Amino acid sequence: MDLKLKIWRQSSRDAKGKFVDYEVHDISSDASFLEMMDLLNEELVEKGEEPVAFDHDCREGICGMCSLFINGRPHGPDTAITTCQLHMRKFRDGDTIVIEPWRAKPFPVIKDLIVDRSAFDELIQAGGYISASTGGVPDANAIPVNREKAELAMDAAACIGCGACVAACKNASAMLFVSAKVSQFALLPQGKIEAKDRVQKMVAKMDELGFGNCTNTYACEAECPKEISITNIARMNREFFKAKVS
Amino acid sequence: MAKLDSKIPKGRLADKWTLYKEYQKIVSPANKRKIDIIVVGTGLAGGAAAASLGELGFNVKVFCIQDSPRRAHSIAAQGGINAAKNYPNDGDTIYRLYYDTIKGGDYRGREANTYRLAEVSNNIIDQCVAQGVPFAREYSGYLDNRSFGGAQVSRTFYARGQTGQQLLLGAYGALSKEIKKGSVKLFTRREMLDLVIMKDGRARGIIVRNLFTGEIERHSAHAVLIASGGYGNVFFLSTNAMNSNGSAAWRAYKRGALFANPCYVQIHPTCIPVHGDYQSKLTLMSESLRNDGRIWVPKKKEDAQKIQRGEIKANDIPEEDRDYYLERRYPAFGNLVPRDVASRAAKERCDAGFGVGKTGLAVFLDFKDAIKRLGRDVIEARYGNLFQMYEKIVDENPYEVPMRIYPAIHYTMGGLWVDYELQSNIPGLFVAGEANFSDHGANRLGASALMQGLADGYFIIPFTMQNYLADQIAVGKITSDSEEFDQAEKEVRERIDKLMSINGTETVDSIHKRLGHIMWHYVGMARNKEGLEKAISEIQALRKEFWTNVRVPGKTDGINIELEKALRVADFLELGELMARDALHREESAGGHFREEYQTEEGEALRNDKDFMYVAAWEYTGDDKEPMLNKEKLVYEETEVKQRNYKTA
Ligand SMILES: Cc1cc2nc3c(=O)[nH]c(=O)nc-3n(C[C@H](O)[C@H](O)[C@H](O)COP(=O)(O)OP(=O)(O)OC[C@H]3O[C@@H](n4cnc5c(N)ncnc54)[C@H](O)[C@@H]3O)c2cc1C
Ligand code: SF4
Ligand code: FES
Repeated sequence: MDLKLKIWRQSSRDAKGKFVDYEVHDISSDASFLEMMDLLNEELVEKGEEPVAFDHDCREGICGMCSLFINGRPHGPDTAITTCQLHMRKFRDGDTIVIEPWRAKPFPVIKDLIVDRSAFDELIQAGGYISASTGGVPDANAIPVNREKAELAMDAAACIGCGACVAACKNASAMLFVSAKVSQFALLPQGKIEAKDRVQKMVAKMDELGFGNCTNTYACEAECPKEISITNIARMNREFFKAKVS
Repeated sequence: MAKLDSKIPKGRLADKWTLYKEYQKIVSPANKRKIDIIVVGTGLAGGAAAASLGELGFNVKVFCIQDSPRRAHSIAAQGGINAAKNYPNDGDTIYRLYYDTIKGGDYRGREANTYRLAEVSNNIIDQCVAQGVPFAREYSGYLDNRSFGGAQVSRTFYARGQTGQQLLLGAYGALSKEIKKGSVKLFTRREMLDLVIMKDGRARGIIVRNLFTGEIERHSAHAVLIASGGYGNVFFLSTNAMNSNGSAAWRAYKRGALFANPCYVQIHPTCIPVHGDYQSKLTLMSESLRNDGRIWVPKKKEDAQKIQRGEIKANDIPEEDRDYYLERRYPAFGNLVPRDVASRAAKERCDAGFGVGKTGLAVFLDFKDAIKRLGRDVIEARYGNLFQMYEKIVDENPYEVPMRIYPAIHYTMGGLWVDYELQSNIPGLFVAGEANFSDHGANRLGASALMQGLADGYFIIPFTMQNYLADQIAVGKITSDSEEFDQAEKEVRERIDKLMSINGTETVDSIHKRLGHIMWHYVGMARNKEGLEKAISEIQALRKEFWTNVRVPGKTDGINIELEKALRVADFLELGELMARDALHREESAGGHFREEYQTEEGEALRNDKDFMYVAAWEYTGDDKEPMLNKEKLVYEETEVKQRNYKTA
């Protein structure tokens, strides 16, 4: 198929960006979206132009490195997948595709479609872990975990830290991301000991880093490639409240 | 000639690690603060090591290419992690896990290292559970296990199809805790481009490129740990993440570290087949699928041809016309034979004309019987996300039609040579995880790489590095203001300037693809003398073409993805040749290394223990010069060495 692309180009963090039009031809409908981008870049390099910079690594929807706002939606038109899992059969011959970086204040654009998501690392550093040092822990089966709770914890732990939730939210809220981590540990006996401290520190950090408030629009859940549920946000709010009152 | 001392402790196999720990030197808490350590890589090996070394009180600097430590390639591991817990009470022991691993590796691994791996495996599971890793559980609340290839017990722990992700996030949590505390300093989007060695021969630092700003930075330390993963991307198409590369290890090699067994490459039997020349990477379908999926091709060639032409479908072929060739050839292990055996068997069927799919280069992985036996719900609970992934890519529903799979490059058993302490032949340079050669011999069993990465990172490096560092307290701070750093930085700058100035007509990817073709055809699943010789000369020619005709647009300051790729491919073009040389010199078949000249009448790999029971550790002697071969003889003190047999035992 032949496609027209409108791609955001920005040479550096401080530079002004703009949309640039490109065309690609003879794209197989079995190709992935990023393979289509690879082909575009090959052509650009052959012409001696700079290729479009975008983040990617695993190309199977697990590392959270790929991003891209495609036709106004984070990770494109399909649901429950990342950009790297999007295939061209979701588009039609002759389509125009608009490709932009994540747009959110805490994720500044660094070049073209690449943004800086180190704020997510800082959120985790604020307390998104159980402080078990290496060694000196009990036998794994000494801590039985209710299977249903373990499954729910796994649902929350499936977050890949891609940032689509922030990009989808008009307030650039990181509630879905943070609540997934808080929930995972709140659901497990191992996580209970530091639960209060964790939720308070992570929420405070979220504000400090300039992420917005949650106003319950659920855009995050709709765009999350891992279908992280907003019930995690409710659970986090309960955890936060518990921590405050006790 | 390098001096190879594997430093295997004395004593019985089961006592070696305990004895080692009793006699190793340690660094006192007050002195740890005075010691700097560089860790390259934040995968399971690097992430776990950096966190654990930080907990001990060392000053750690940790580096990765991606924008966050959580994105290291380990995140993509699907199936699981082995441990000898024997929770299912099915007869597992540390010795059995050890034995399966050394046998799976076709007796080309080092006995003491592999035994230690099995020995610490149980601690890993304990540690991960304490960190909140949500492993699969039974209704009782206790941990669940599944089976993997090359084993007759159920010893694989898993977190749905995302085990690597959950283990890595556990290590990332531990690392984040230490970053917060200030014991670990994190450097993301940095790529190590050289290793710095002092006049006294010790590794004391690295040169990195800041991928955001393009700046060349110097970092010094008392010791360096490389945990940069494997080099499977030499083949261009592989299951590895796009940024996985061999450069950190290769640069260490060019500074004098030995590269061991480069030809041992693992080809994974269950990947989605290649379907177009626009593809940039291949997708793995977890080995765990072989627990319930049955592998087959049509018995009749006509049927296979009709399928290839799209005239009939898999489900049109009646049961009696299906050849479940693994169950037929290997009744004792069936679909759960080790990866090298399963991959070669698939190739054999396809080469004989029984392959399916448009290209004829695919076999079926069928869940029909499992769904009948267990119900769709159970299969969905076990493999739901893998099935979904398959459907997204191939546009076919694997609950209804069998998956099509074919082998693909997946893992590299070879890597930098290390001794029992995971120290290379360069004092102060340690290597962990897939980047070293140490534990898997000529073939790695499924669910053992995660085990090795975490064993190295959490439980081995924190001990063994101290043994080295205990002597280093007196040397004081290491500065990067020295002749050796000047020289290394200068060489890195020259290499970059050279690449930028060629301004030819070939893109980096097009040359990488051509290298991949050469590697896959001649240094892939089946190798022979003539092909390997051809590969060496073709790679040399391609390397020349690269250095005279590659085109790297853009500038060196700021993000330049073509330059990043060019630096990696330049190294792959050298590493590929070494792999071919190693494969050529090893006149036997062992594990993932299959030489067509050396096989049994039934087509099984034929080892030559008399002449080749050694680790081939290659030494750099200069560009365009033949590398020197060093041999570490493998001695099996407490292991009976046999021909691998998956047919009856
Ligand atoms: C698709 C897939 C599925 C798998 N499934 C399983 C499984 O189920 N069970 C199992 O046991 N194994 C599995 N494996 C294998 C296993 O995942 C890897 O062998 C293992 O995770 C490697 O870990 P590592 O820490 O050595 O390296 P990696 O995780 O590859 O980490 C490498 C790190 O080094 C950094 N790095 C690399 N080069 C440089 C440089 N020059 N400068 C700075 N930083 C650098 C990277 O940024 C990264 O942080 C799988 C592999 C693949 C590809
Ligand atoms: S919650 Fe979903 S959208 Fe947000 S970072 Fe995690 S996976 Fe991405
Ligand atoms: S590239 Fe890893 S999730 Fe898309």
